[in-house]
Amino acid sequence: MLQRLITSREALLLGAIAVLLALISTRFPGFVTPSNLADVFNDTSPLILLAIGQMIVILTKCIDLSVAANLALTGMVVSMLNLAFPGLPVALILVVAITLGALMGMFNGILVWKLDIPPIVVTLGTMTIFRGIIFLISDGKWVNSHEMSPAFKAFPRFELLGLPMLSWTAILAVIVFTIVMSRTTLGRAAYAVGGNPHAATYTGIEVGRTQFWAFTISGALAGLTGYLWVSRYAVAYVDIAGGFELDVVAACVIGGISIAGGIGSVGGALLGALFLGVIKNALPVINVSPFWQLAISGGAIIIAVAVNARASRTKGRIILKSAEHAA
Amino acid sequence: MLMQAETQTDAPTDVPVLALDGITKTFPGVKALDGVSLRLYPGQVTALIGENGAGKSTVVKTLTGIYQPDGGEILVDGAPKRFPTAQDAADAGITAIHQETVLFDELSVAENIFLGHEPRGRFGLIDWAAMEAKATEILRGIGAEIDPAHKLRDLGIANKHLVAIARALSIDARVVIMDEPTAALSHKEIQELYELVETLKSQGKAILFISHKFDEIFRIADRFTVFRDGQFIADGKIADVTESDLVKMMVGRDVSQIFPTRNNIPGDEVLRVEGMNHPTEFADVGFRLQRGEILGFYGLVGAGRSEFMQALFGITKPSAGRVTIDGVEEAIRSPADAVDAGIVYVPEDRGKQGAITALPIFQNVTLPSLGRTSHKGFLRLAEEFRLAREYTQRLDLRAASLDTAVGNLSGGNQQKVVIAKWLATQPKVIILDEPTKGIDIGSKAAVHEFMAELAAEGLAVIMVSSEIPEVLGMSDRVIVMREGRMVAELAGDELTPETLVRHAAGI
Repeated sequence: MLQRLITSREALLLGAIAVLLALISTRFPGFVTPSNLADVFNDTSPLILLAIGQMIVILTKCIDLSVAANLALTGMVVSMLNLAFPGLPVALILVVAITLGALMGMFNGILVWKLDIPPIVVTLGTMTIFRGIIFLISDGKWVNSHEMSPAFKAFPRFELLGLPMLSWTAILAVIVFTIVMSRTTLGRAAYAVGGNPHAATYTGIEVGRTQFWAFTISGALAGLTGYLWVSRYAVAYVDIAGGFELDVVAACVIGGISIAGGIGSVGGALLGALFLGVIKNALPVINVSPFWQLAISGGAIIIAVAVNARASRTKGRIILKSAEHAA
Repeated sequence: MLMQAETQTDAPTDVPVLALDGITKTFPGVKALDGVSLRLYPGQVTALIGENGAGKSTVVKTLTGIYQPDGGEILVDGAPKRFPTAQDAADAGITAIHQETVLFDELSVAENIFLGHEPRGRFGLIDWAAMEAKATEILRGIGAEIDPAHKLRDLGIANKHLVAIARALSIDARVVIMDEPTAALSHKEIQELYELVETLKSQGKAILFISHKFDEIFRIADRFTVFRDGQFIADGKIADVTESDLVKMMVGRDVSQIFPTRNNIPGDEVLRVEGMNHPTEFADVGFRLQRGEILGFYGLVGAGRSEFMQALFGITKPSAGRVTIDGVEEAIRSPADAVDAGIVYVPEDRGKQGAITALPIFQNVTLPSLGRTSHKGFLRLAEEFRLAREYTQRLDLRAASLDTAVGNLSGGNQQKVVIAKWLATQPKVIILDEPTKGIDIGSKAAVHEFMAELAAEGLAVIMVSSEIPEVLGMSDRVIVMREGRMVAELAGDELTPETLVRHAAGI
């Protein structure tokens, strides 16, 4: 029943994206060509990566506002590392980025788990701290394209079967975390903790520990995205991805992830991110002003929440025996 | 109106200021009140007496406009009235001082007293000077030396009670309901409360006094009303009855409930608890439990039974104590440790602590057993379905599919899912906290039958229950707790309703 509900929720979103694309194609047919759609997907990949991490955090009744700052700090660190040691292999850079991001996530997680500070406060704090650290280590200076080694910049652009590595990373993350969420004890624990923390406690699942791992995953994905971001745009500075955490949360909400926890899926996060990605990429080409883009994104969030609220309201209990068998 | 004619024979001649006539209130699955009557007279204290679950708090909520009765009449000065909201009850002069005072810590004493009916000045703004002056006047009237400008947070529990009483008086109440007002008070404060009750009586207020403590009832009440299982049993003058009379009225019941016959021979000792202490919740709890035994825990609400069970299960940390399972001492620091050691706990509040309603049945059932249904952190779905099917079938759970979200099941089936979840861990000791609370008679019988089966299979069962028939009908032994301590361990012929109530109430 629930799975059917989620599926239908995702189907609805998929339908909305299709309608959106159809509307755009009437004004600008070039937008829906496969190559352009692949570009849109590539452009949305960072949002998809972060939305997956955020989705797991929100699932456990938390929120991670520090993802964009984490991304920016990791991006700056790996850029400076590349500047100092241009010969470092990309594989090592990737390991450093993921590890550093995960450590920042763990810091959030520890504060939530051991000190019982509300997640919104913790990550609001660490968001500012991470941005501050970027300024401290970089002196506010930029790392520019010509200072980065060619290999460092090439990785996200490297094409495999016609798709750049950036897209492949997002696809890989979708596959890996679909499995993690549906087929591992950690994924199951995340749903249980968000769905009913008291019951989870009685079941022997530690709520704080599960939230800690959710923050760690979110941080690791943010770190990974940090490297991909600076190498793709070939620049690192204090304010990169400023305010991006709100897009990430928006993608989750549009994707049907319940902000109260316990309900959501990787597929939902993916579709929510794609919906925002299509809007962001399509509206400029059909000459809609950037202000309308914001209004449309905002409207989409409210509509998504309203639809989800309705879906859970009309659910009701099955009390009649006949209805129970029909369910 | 027929009821009134029957029960009013020994009542004082004046009209009751407030009367309930044949009030019925049904919740899904339970009839909380079944045609009850209650009469409150000016200048008199009426004690409302009954076991846990007799319907006392439902009556209070009906009188204060929080619940709407399904049938019957509320009469104010003999005229039928309805209280669609709490404000309507307050307007009729009815006010309640609750067990745990419902006041606002961050507001001043005066604000607390007048919240919702503040004296207004020009332009409808709050007249602070008048409010503080009136508050001082009321507080002085009840002999309380409290500065109305102080924040409530700064007051002790006794003074908070006085503020609650002052609030009751500020709305010019004619009926004052006191729901276990002495629960948190010291001996001296209780004496002061008695004096206050005398003052209220002399002012002609009708007082409904709810208490479990017989000494209090005989000290201050003029009249009594006894409820049992949501039904009116008797009322009359306190002077005409003894403590034993009241206890008999509270517990005496027709043997309509039939419990499964059990002829078990308890086996080896499986659980031994020694010297369990907690800084604030319980002290010196210790007992032994054998395979195949059902051990009942009886006590009044708040006697510390659930609190002790939560400590035994590793949810809260006891300050001292030893737990031995099958002769091996276990350090239980978390629920996961308890489950590993073979203890499981089916909590009282299904909705809050039991099932995860958004998840499907099979995922709920396997949640505490994921260690067995997974390999290196990866779930084996086939194994999960097998386990879930085995235990839901055993409990005769009817659902279209194990994929159905638990939130879509009826209450009885949700209970089955929770029990199946724990049985699937193959425990040695199962703690059932109020296993039949809020479910209908038919489902109760099924749960009792099932408990007997578990015991027969060699599982040791601890049953926390506030229902005397259930405790007597199911338990091999009963431990009675009062105020956080074990006060009696009863078996065999000692197991009678009277002894249970006496030990639990401390008389």
